[in-house]
Amino acid sequence: MKVSSVPFSGTKEQEARLLEVIAKYKDMKGALMPIMQEAQDIYGYLPYQVQKIISDETGIPIEKIYGVATFYAQFSMEPKGKYTVAVCLGTACYVKGSGAILEEVEKVLGIPDGSCTADGKFSIETCRCVGACGLAPVMIVAGDVYGKLKPEDVEGILAKYE
Amino acid sequence: MKSLQELKEIREAKAGQVNIRFNPDNAEEAVKTYVLVCGGTGCTSNHSWEIMDELKKLIAAAGKKDEIQIIQTGCQGLCAKGPILVVHPGNVFYQEVTPEMVDQIFNEHIIGGRPVEEFLMVEELTNGEKIHYVDSAFYNNQMRMALRNCGRIDPEDIDEYIARDGYMALNKALNEMTPDDVIKEVVDSGLRGRGGGGFPTGKKWMFASANRGEVQKFVACNADEGDPGAFMDRSILEGDPHSVLEAMAIAGYAIGANQGYIYVRAEYPIAVDRLKIALDQARDYGVLGKNIFGSGFDFDIDLRLGAGAFVCGEETALMTSIEGNRGEPRPRPPFPAVKGLFAQPTVLNNVETYANIPQIILNGAGWFNQYGTETSKGTKVFALGGKINNTGLVEVPMGTTLREVVEEIGGGVPHGKKFKAAQTGGPSGGCIPAKSYDVPIDYESLKEIGSMMGSGGMIVLDEDNCMVDIAKFYLGFTVSESCGKCTPCRIGTRRMLEILEKISEGRGEIEDLDRLYDLAKYIQANALCGLGQTAPNPILSTLEHFRDEYEAHIVEKRCPAGVCKALLNYVIDPDKCKGCTKCARNCPVQAISGEVKQPHVIDSGKCIKCGACMENCAFGAISRK
Ligand SMILES: Cc1cc2nc3c(=O)[nH]c(=O)nc-3n(C[C@H](O)[C@H](O)[C@H](O)COP(=O)(O)O)c2cc1C
Ligand code: SF4
Ligand code: SF4
Ligand code: SF4
Ligand code: FES
Ligand code: FES
Repeated sequence: MKVSSVPFSGTKEQEARLLEVIAKYKDMKGALMPIMQEAQDIYGYLPYQVQKIISDETGIPIEKIYGVATFYAQFSMEPKGKYTVAVCLGTACYVKGSGAILEEVEKVLGIPDGSCTADGKFSIETCRCVGACGLAPVMIVAGDVYGKLKPEDVEGILAKYE
Repeated sequence: MKSLQELKEIREAKAGQVNIRFNPDNAEEAVKTYVLVCGGTGCTSNHSWEIMDELKKLIAAAGKKDEIQIIQTGCQGLCAKGPILVVHPGNVFYQEVTPEMVDQIFNEHIIGGRPVEEFLMVEELTNGEKIHYVDSAFYNNQMRMALRNCGRIDPEDIDEYIARDGYMALNKALNEMTPDDVIKEVVDSGLRGRGGGGFPTGKKWMFASANRGEVQKFVACNADEGDPGAFMDRSILEGDPHSVLEAMAIAGYAIGANQGYIYVRAEYPIAVDRLKIALDQARDYGVLGKNIFGSGFDFDIDLRLGAGAFVCGEETALMTSIEGNRGEPRPRPPFPAVKGLFAQPTVLNNVETYANIPQIILNGAGWFNQYGTETSKGTKVFALGGKINNTGLVEVPMGTTLREVVEEIGGGVPHGKKFKAAQTGGPSGGCIPAKSYDVPIDYESLKEIGSMMGSGGMIVLDEDNCMVDIAKFYLGFTVSESCGKCTPCRIGTRRMLEILEKISEGRGEIEDLDRLYDLAKYIQANALCGLGQTAPNPILSTLEHFRDEYEAHIVEKRCPAGVCKALLNYVIDPDKCKGCTKCARNCPVQAISGEVKQPHVIDSGKCIKCGACMENCAFGAISRK
C-alpha cells in the first residue's frame, strides 16, 4: 500500500466531522463511496490515515477501501496544491487545441501534469469533459472555469491566483 | 403533500406565465415581462449570475418587482454564445451578455419596449450575412421532445414543471393504467435507449416485470455521461430534472419497484444541485414517497455520485459502483433485468431515454412513433462540437441526414474549410466520412457505415484534423479508462495505441495496418464488456475510410493534415525571408543558419520542431509542412 511521503496533518475537528459522516451513512447499502467522497471533501485528499479511520469505524477491510480509492480517478492519496489547475482533454476541447493549453500550463508552472509546485501552490491535472464543451478549450482553476482559451491567456489567468 | 386537484390548480395558476415562453405568438396572454437568464454550466462559467444580480438591482431600483420577473433556466444548448438572456413577450435572444449590457437592455427593451439590435443573438451564414437567431435554421429546424422544457422553465421550481403538465403522466399511469398497459405503451412507442446501445426500452421493462410484488426491484438512471465532449444529459438534468424523476417513478410502477437510484457524474455539480432540489420538492408535494396520488404505490429515489471512471457508464459496472465497489463490469448474462443492483431485477435507462417517457404516456405511443424512421422513432439530441459554426445542443427527428445537421442546423464548417468527417459515438464510435454525408441518422444506418448512434456526441472534423491522430486520441482515452479486468482490453488496447504512436512518429511499416486490423477484430470478439468490445471502432472506421492517410504516414512519412509533430518539417521560404536572423537567434538547438540579409535555411536533421522560429518571424517566411 502506498503511503504518502507528505506527513499527515489531519486535525481533531476534521476527524469529528468524518465520524459524523460515517454515522450518517451507517445503515445505507453501498455507503462506502459516499463516505469516501465526503471524507475527501473534509481532508482534501484520502491518505492512509483517513482510510484507516473509515475502515475501523465501518468494519470494511482496509484493502477494499484502498482498492476503491485507487480505482476512481477522483480519489487522491496525495495532497493537492492550494489551487488545482485542471485542463480538459475531452474530445471537444482536444480538437480545439487543449493539448497546447496543457503544454503552456506546464511551461508556466514549470511542472508536469499530475504534480504539484514546490511551494504547494498549484497542482496540474487533466480531466475528461466538464460539460462546458461549447466553450472549448476549457481549463478550471480552483473551481473557476475559463473557456475559449488560447495558450497566451494562460499566464495571465494563473497570475490572478495568489 | 398535494392532492391531484391542488396540482391542477397550480397548473392553471401558472399557465399564463409559462405558456408565453412556448407560444411567443400569444403575446397578449403575458401578464408580466419575463427575463430568462441561463444558469447552465456553460453560462455559469461565463458568470451569468452577475447578470442576474445586476437585473435584480435594476428591477428593485425601478420599483418594478411586480411587473418584471427573472427566471433562471437550465442550459439552452447555446453555451458557445453565452451568457444567454431571453426576454418575453417577444422571444428576444441576447448573446454574450455582460453586466454592462444589462443596463442598456433593461432601459431600452424591458422598460422601453425596443429590443437592443446590436446585442441580439445572430447566426452568421457561410456567406457572411447575419440573421437573427429566431429566424435561423438552428432554431427552426429542430424538434424538441426530450429538451422540450430545457432553457424555458425554472428547473428549481416544481410549479413551472407542473404548468407543463408535469406529473400528470405519473397520475395517468397510476390511476388510469395497469402496469402492463404502461409497458405496452412504451413498447408500442418504439422508444429505444438513448445511452448508446439502442435497446428497445419497453422490452427491457417487460423483461424486468415478472413477479411484481414478490421480489425487491430497482429502477436506475444512467447519468454518468462518459462520452467526453457531449452534454445532452447534463442539459436535461440542469434544465428539466423533474422529467427524469417522473419517468423513473413511472418505470417503477411498470415493473414493480419502489426504489430508484440516479448515478450522476461528480463533474456536473450544477446538475447534482438541481437534482437534489427537485427531489426535495417532489417529496414535499408527495409525487415521490408513500402512496403517490392515493394509488397505494410508493416510490423514492436516491442520488449516487460517480468518481471519475468512464467504465462506470457501462451498466453492470455502474451497478457494482453503486454497491460501493471498484466499478468493474461483470459478465452478462445474467442481465440486469434478471439480476442487477444488489442482485435484484433492475431496469437501467439513460437520462434522455427517461425524458421522453412522460410525453409518451400522456400523448400515447401513436403520437411518439409518428416521428422518426421505421426502426428508430422519435428524436435524438446531439452535442455538436469541433469544427462547426454553431456549436451546441440540437434535437432532430431520427432520420435527419448528417448533411442537414452539419450544413443547415450547424451552419457548416468555419473559415471556408472542407468537411472531412463527423465522429459519433465517442470512444466507442467511428468517423462518418464526407461521402456518407447523406446517410439518415438512425441506429441501423450509422452502424452500417462503421459508426454508431452513441449517446449523442457529434464532433465535426475538417481538413486540418489528422485521422490517425483522432484514432490515437480515442485509443489513449480507452487505454487510460480500461479497468484492467480482462486481458484483451488491458493489453490489446495498449498494443494498438503503441502501433498508432509508431505510425504517427513516422516509424510505421505497412504491415502494421494488418496488425492493427487483426488486433482490433480480436479485441472486439474477446473483451468482457462494451468498453473493450467497442474500443477498436475508432481505428476500424478510420482505417476503412481514410486508409490513404495512414499510408501517407507510413510510406511517405508525411502527415497530410499537418498535425503529427514528428512528421512535420519547418521550412523557410527564400522569397519571403529578409535575412533578419531573428529565427536563428531564437532556435534553441542552432538548427538555422544563414548570413545577414540572406535567406536562411533550417537543418531538418537538427530541428526539434519546437515552432519558436515560426512564431518569431515577422515576415511570415517560415511554415510547417
Ligand atoms: C464503456 C461504456 C460506457 C457507457 N457509458 C454510458 C453513459 O455514459 N451513459 C449512458 O446512458 N449509457 C452508457 N453506456 C450504455 C449503458 O451500458 C446502458 O446500455 C445504457 O445506460 C442503458 O440505457 P438505455 O437503454 O436507456 O440507453 C455505456 C456503455 C459502455 C460499454
Ligand atoms: S473490456 Fe476493458 S473495461 Fe471491460 S472489463 Fe475488460 S478490461 Fe475492463
Ligand atoms: S526570422 Fe524570418 S525573415 Fe528573419 S531570417 Fe528568419 S525566416 Fe528570414
Ligand atoms: S522549429 Fe524550433 S528547433 Fe526547429 S528550426 Fe525552428 S526554432 Fe529551431
Ligand atoms: S470536452 Fe472539454 S468540456 Fe467537454
Ligand atoms: S449553459 Fe447557457 S446555453 Fe448552455
